[in-house]
Amino acid sequence: MANFSTNEFKSGLKFMLDGDPCNIIENELVKPGKGQAFNRVKYRNLKTGRVNEKTFKSGDKVEGADVMEVELEYSYTDGEFWYFMDSDTFEQHAADANAIEDCKKWLKEQYVYTVTQWNGSPLLVTAPNFVNLEVTETDPGLKGDTAGTGGKPATLETGAVVRVPLFMNVGDVLRIDTRSAEYVERAKK
Amino acid sequence: MTSTWQPSADIETLKKRAQLIADVRLFFSQRDVLEVETPILSQAAPTAPYLDSFYTDFSPLGSEHKQTYFLQTSPEFAMKRLLAAHSGSIYQIASVFRNGESGRLHSPEFTMLEWYRPELTLFQLMDEVNDLVQQVFNLAPVLRFSYRGIFEFFCKFNVFTCSDDDIQSFVAKRIDGLPADLVMTRDGWLELIMSYVIEPRLAAMNMSVFIYDFPASQAQLAKVEKDGQGNDVAKRFELYAGGMELANGYDELLDADELRHRFNSDNQLRQQKNTKTIPVDEHLLAAMTAGMPQCSGVALGLERLLMLALKKKNINDVRAIKFELA
Repeated sequence: MANFSTNEFKSGLKFMLDGDPCNIIENELVKPGKGQAFNRVKYRNLKTGRVNEKTFKSGDKVEGADVMEVELEYSYTDGEFWYFMDSDTFEQHAADANAIEDCKKWLKEQYVYTVTQWNGSPLLVTAPNFVNLEVTETDPGLKGDTAGTGGKPATLETGAVVRVPLFMNVGDVLRIDTRSAEYVERAKK
Repeated sequence: MTSTWQPSADIETLKKRAQLIADVRLFFSQRDVLEVETPILSQAAPTAPYLDSFYTDFSPLGSEHKQTYFLQTSPEFAMKRLLAAHSGSIYQIASVFRNGESGRLHSPEFTMLEWYRPELTLFQLMDEVNDLVQQVFNLAPVLRFSYRGIFEFFCKFNVFTCSDDDIQSFVAKRIDGLPADLVMTRDGWLELIMSYVIEPRLAAMNMSVFIYDFPASQAQLAKVEKDGQGNDVAKRFELYAGGMELANGYDELLDADELRHRFNSDNQLRQQKNTKTIPVDEHLLAAMTAGMPQCSGVALGLERLLMLALKKKNINDVRAIKFELA
């Protein structure tokens, strides 16, 4: 993999830091006083998902990371691995529990997920910002309560539990914002 | 593929920029400050170790001879020659050039508003900067802290009396993710604390501040005097607003020998780190020897001020065409 100097830093650059692949979120040139220049970098560790900051002396080099993002369709799980399919080549990719941890409760067959691959194997699976999921369990709906006050918990088909308005029933399909795990609206079935 | 011919700033912003610059000219003409234009190319340049001038060669027609000319990083040296020739108060809006510096807040080519006021003290010049940012750019009033005061307020240590170890352990505790092999001078660490700890806190509190009375070792081209506690302080100020350093002002050094000494020690530092040494500006030294009036001066990054006034995030949002597409 190629090396990158600080002058090539920009958001989206994938690089290796302490053995982990990372993605630059923000890169800022800082020149404290009349002193030497630094690159102050906000990055996401793609293995842990954590966001951190690191300062590089301008002119320092980092090793590039062989990281790609692909859109894959979720197929099934055998309990140990979660299988995603490339809908063009029908090639299967197996993601382990670590990779799907963050989006496990939004995983539904045939939905398309963003899979970050490092050296060809899935590192991180990210849910789309919005998914439509069916309510499988909730207290009976209260007719007439459309004000949306209060709300109640509802279990969705993937196992996720979200707060929904009181008038929702089992069988309703809901649009969910996966970033905040919040109910957005009732979706058409 | 996005096309690359379009301007970096939208035309509406460029209209506002033009109006604000016209207002700046009005501000100075009302105060009887003379607008001047000095050469952009010069055979000498500042020696500051981390300031990198662009340069080019002049070759007279029909001659093999080449003379290096530097693009100005600020119009300071030429303007001081005018001051020594009794120009009185002068200002300039000048394109300046700094090699290598490119980023959200840095453009290798940018616009400097620089002015010199023989009749004003450093504190009166701070008043005038404050008037300018409020009256022309509609920004909040600027508060004042001494360098010692702002470190005591945010970092709880005295910059003049604490040990190098105290500073290092503060950095280790408060700044994450620094290169493990980072070696810097005491001033380097203090400057790092200023930009990593103090600046963001000021920005979060929405405070614009002048910081004045710097440690003597950061004097640059300012006079050094004793403060109330007997510390040697550089009579200069910096203006911080919106998380940016906007301006740098001096009670100008008038002593030609001292200036030559600072140029030479800069060039020694440059030699140590294997960077190009810079021809010392003998014309400036001669002007100072002839006598420059007691004077306060300030250089202000005009685009950064425009960014604040027009609520823009990137320096290229207020420049017609960015450096990368020029």
